[in-house]
Amino acid sequence: MTPSDDPLLDAQGVAKSFGAVRALTDARLTLARGEVVALMGANGAGKSTFVKILTGALQPDRGHVRIRGQSAQVGSPAQARRSGLVPVYQEPSLIPDLCVADNLRLVDTPVDGFRHWLTELAHGDLRLDAMIRDLPLASLRIVDLARALAMRPDVLLLDELTAALPTDLVDRVLTVARQQAADGRGVIYISHRFAEISRLCDRATVLRDGATVGEVDIAPGIEDQVVEMMLGARIDLGKRAAAIARPRPEGRPRLRVENLAVAPKLVDASLALHPGEVLGVVALEGQGQDELFDALAGFRTPLSGRIEVDGVAAGFRHPADAIAAGLTLVPGNRAEALFRERSVRENIAMPFSARPGAWGPLRMRHEKARVAEAIERLQIDTRAQGEVQRLSGGNQQKVTIGRWLAHGVRTMLLFDPTRGIDVRTKRQIYPLVRELADQGAAVLFYTSELEEIPLACDRAIVIFNGRVVDMVEATEADEERLMRAAYGLTGSEGAA
Amino acid sequence: MSLVQRNAWTLGLLVLFVVLLGVTRAIQPGFGVSGLESLARAALPFAFATAAMAVVVIVGGIDLSVASMMAVCSVTAAVLMQSMGGVPAILITLAVGTAMGLVNGALIVLTRVPDIVVTLAMLFVWQGTALLILASPGGTATDWMRSAITGSVIVDGLPKALVLVALVVAVVWVPVKRSKLGLAIYATGSDETAAYRSGVAVGRTRTLAYGIAGLFSACGGLGLLALTGVGEPVPGPYLLAAVASVVLGGVILGGGIGGLLGPIIAVFILRIIRTILTLAAVDPNVTTIVEGTIMVGVVMFGAVLVLRSRGAGP
Repeated sequence: MTPSDDPLLDAQGVAKSFGAVRALTDARLTLARGEVVALMGANGAGKSTFVKILTGALQPDRGHVRIRGQSAQVGSPAQARRSGLVPVYQEPSLIPDLCVADNLRLVDTPVDGFRHWLTELAHGDLRLDAMIRDLPLASLRIVDLARALAMRPDVLLLDELTAALPTDLVDRVLTVARQQAADGRGVIYISHRFAEISRLCDRATVLRDGATVGEVDIAPGIEDQVVEMMLGARIDLGKRAAAIARPRPEGRPRLRVENLAVAPKLVDASLALHPGEVLGVVALEGQGQDELFDALAGFRTPLSGRIEVDGVAAGFRHPADAIAAGLTLVPGNRAEALFRERSVRENIAMPFSARPGAWGPLRMRHEKARVAEAIERLQIDTRAQGEVQRLSGGNQQKVTIGRWLAHGVRTMLLFDPTRGIDVRTKRQIYPLVRELADQGAAVLFYTSELEEIPLACDRAIVIFNGRVVDMVEATEADEERLMRAAYGLTGSEGAA
Repeated sequence: MSLVQRNAWTLGLLVLFVVLLGVTRAIQPGFGVSGLESLARAALPFAFATAAMAVVVIVGGIDLSVASMMAVCSVTAAVLMQSMGGVPAILITLAVGTAMGLVNGALIVLTRVPDIVVTLAMLFVWQGTALLILASPGGTATDWMRSAITGSVIVDGLPKALVLVALVVAVVWVPVKRSKLGLAIYATGSDETAAYRSGVAVGRTRTLAYGIAGLFSACGGLGLLALTGVGEPVPGPYLLAAVASVVLGGVILGGGIGGLLGPIIAVFILRIIRTILTLAAVDPNVTTIVEGTIMVGVVMFGAVLVLRSRGAGP
């Protein structure tokens, strides 16, 4: 980039807060003509907020995004398109009930250009009168991409486009993206896959805790440097020495999963979970962990593979089946687990009262004693009669986990329980999890924050690209080791 | 997908209607041209109410104030016709209806209160407005307006009322459907987030869809006036009937799928079922039970057919 040459896209000092949560503090990104720039960052670094601001779907509190030197702030996705920035989002932005041709008309896409790119992307035989709803996921991504390319965008933003694509299509996409740069346009490429980034990109911009922490030129062996930048100096969440080498439990596992495949993203997962054990699950977003937990909780039916509870094969067809087998899910979204308008007391009592078979009158006195005990243990700083929605997010999560202390639980599935919770409450949640395990529960613990693994878990499995690729003991689970594994940089599935 | 496949539901409804016509003839051999004409006349306000409802359901909303808006339009036209000619009165009424619809839509978009709540509130507002304009049935319709929906046109057995509905709906809806606005309406109803990301002005689209519904409601009010000859300030039974016809007509509650032709055929189906049951001397209370049962049955049957043709289970 020469100084006289305006960059295609220039974002500086972008900040955005949602209530008390500061998602972005100082995000920066520049893209020159002929460049492909990777935007990288660990989970929670603020990537998706930044993408929304770049594409005009959100407005920043501070800072600016300029496209082709225009001083005006991009105000909406429509305006961003007119300025020459066309995004292809992680979720396809196609209208399911319209046919392909109508989806093109909706955004004034030239049909000839669209056809050309379809052919380039190995979808030349796709019918324009096909309904979007009837197309497979991979074709949707290709239609979305071809539609974007047909607009001849100066800035093409690809957000995790290749996640749902087979290898041959990934190659085509990379070729097409490279071609854009060769034609003097620019591409912003967002991906977790180092292999693709090193083949495609010129530079990488790394985001951490809401700020751009650096830019690196892509060169062989750059992975370590990028991982280091993504990690940085993290806030110390607790005693580092917390990880104690616990022996691997012997005997029959509480839960055994063998070669489980669940559509669309989980390909092959095996694990064994013993009573008294906390097994961590490490994965970047969308590697198949959602499918694993959904299948274990009875929300989704596996394509193949085996789930065993106490040595007996289980076929869950309904969440009630999983609950009956002693598997309890605490979902990442607290709103799914709690009755927000009801009191803390009722929420703690609920799993107990709603236990299958408990149709008789509630034993109120018994229940009251248990609930009171639970509240005391949870150290919830509010009157127990208050509505749950008036509690802080952290305290709500303490209720969703802690109520199982009152009722006893055999197998607990925790899905990112500390997302969006302050550090102090997090420190109260790890001992809760530990206490559950000490009571004899088996705990599967997925977290998007790697530093929690040595604090809360005995050992952890790593899922990458739908497969369990690694198993790490808590004593060895420093963040760098975990981050490398999560990016597929260890084991056989690593970077090409 | 072929034209037949895409319009399978509408064609099915048309076949069902023809079968029901046959049944009517079988029960009452005297059912002929005049029978068809009165059927079409009675269906007129229902057809417009249904067209109005269908547009907002397609955009992903619902408008509970349709019948109230019809009442406002009916009394407005009845009062105006006494002081000015028929044509200016009709034009003003159409404008009033469109404006009411736009107000509904703008309130929904600006306040972000759910459609069902806003239009429920507006149901009462428009109801009161109608009573303010005319406290009791009154006013008048011009003679040519009344004759415009009476009898047949072109050939015997093609009721004027039917032709009028077809003409008005075609003139309003066909250009809209062929335009970017029509696409935007379907897109917004199908997936609002995807539409927004594609650059569709979602708020404007929803407001305009409600405006079109207001325009159809005005047509319904005018039809009502032409039918009865007086302005009627109390809303008729058009709200739930419109929802029923929309559902039976193949529009998915939730938006994005369906058209206006299916729901309008559904109006005629529901009317003729009523006629058949009356002719067969069925207790009127049983009639509504039968109507409800048929609705659930047809929609369920249709869902089964759709699943079969896609070769997929639930």
